[in-house]
Amino acid sequence: MNIESLIFYGVPIYLIVMGILVILTTKNLFKMLLGLSIMDSGINILIVALGYIKGATAPIYSRYPEVFEKVVDPVPQALVLTAIVIGIAFLGLGLALVIRIKEKYGTVNVEKLKELKW
Amino acid sequence: MIRKVLYFLILIAFGFFILSALSAYFPFGENVLTGVARYYTEKGVKDLGGINIVTSVVTIYRGFDTLGEVTVLFLSVTALAFTLVGLKVEKAKLPKPTLIMETGGRYLAPLIILFGAYVFLHGHLTPGGGFPGGVIIATSFLLLLVTQENYRFKKFHITTTEVLAGTLYVLVGLLGLYYVKSFLGNFLKTGKPGYLVSAGIIPIIYILIGFKVGSEMTSALNNLKEGGDEH
Repeated sequence: MNIESLIFYGVPIYLIVMGILVILTTKNLFKMLLGLSIMDSGINILIVALGYIKGATAPIYSRYPEVFEKVVDPVPQALVLTAIVIGIAFLGLGLALVIRIKEKYGTVNVEKLKELKW
Repeated sequence: MIRKVLYFLILIAFGFFILSALSAYFPFGENVLTGVARYYTEKGVKDLGGINIVTSVVTIYRGFDTLGEVTVLFLSVTALAFTLVGLKVEKAKLPKPTLIMETGGRYLAPLIILFGAYVFLHGHLTPGGGFPGGVIIATSFLLLLVTQENYRFKKFHITTTEVLAGTLYVLVGLLGLYYVKSFLGNFLKTGKPGYLVSAGIIPIIYILIGFKVGSEMTSALNNLKEGGDEH
């Protein structure tokens, strides 16, 4: 394991792990959403890092047709573009649900939501 | 407390396992372009005329993916509005904007909209495109919603923009089906790569996506501030 792999894979994996930890340990629904969002960012960074090629540039041929530079993989970047928007969408919907729960039960603590137990 | 430490240790072990497996099988920076990635990077510019390969992949090669994504965004924003119908927002709790915020917001918002339009118009030439451009436009409306007291816009305009952009997007796809026998296929001339008017239908699709994402995000932010609307 070289130092570059350690940094560029280690940081996103750390983000993912911390997101899961937040979801597991907190009882606040809003903080759980934040944990999910952190996890989402970690996964996106990890996917982009997997497509990287040493010494390559972004897949934009600015000087076409003169040069054909070495470029990185465009497919993970396109997929991450999709994933970011989906992440925003789910975050918005989740926030709306949390607002509703707060309005109805007066709390966002999952242990105090008595109606969940039946 | 012991439970939290236990969770932490298990997750660290899990992360270390993934990290070592990833760096053993895919060493960082030694990825090789194979299959579709190789085709996209070698033939992409000649095929479609857009020098930004990511944009070509998003709008044409994986056009269905993007259409589905726009649909998911639309669905979730609609669900957000539906969830928040009739929510009572306590006006007194919102802090009153100061004079500096009010004036600064008023002058900054049009410039941010202009920048968003620039980003989605140049989607096939530079990093960016419809999704970031739309979100930038939505941030300018967020600025107005936060800084201007009693600011409100006509929801009818936002909804009309959204519906028009979505319909035209599908219509462009159907025109591709009619002319080149493939849904969302490129039926225009590709032009000279690197110019603003080039790359066939990529700029058209990205402009429509920019309008759609911008209006959807704006309506979502407005609903989160004022409670949902009935539409």
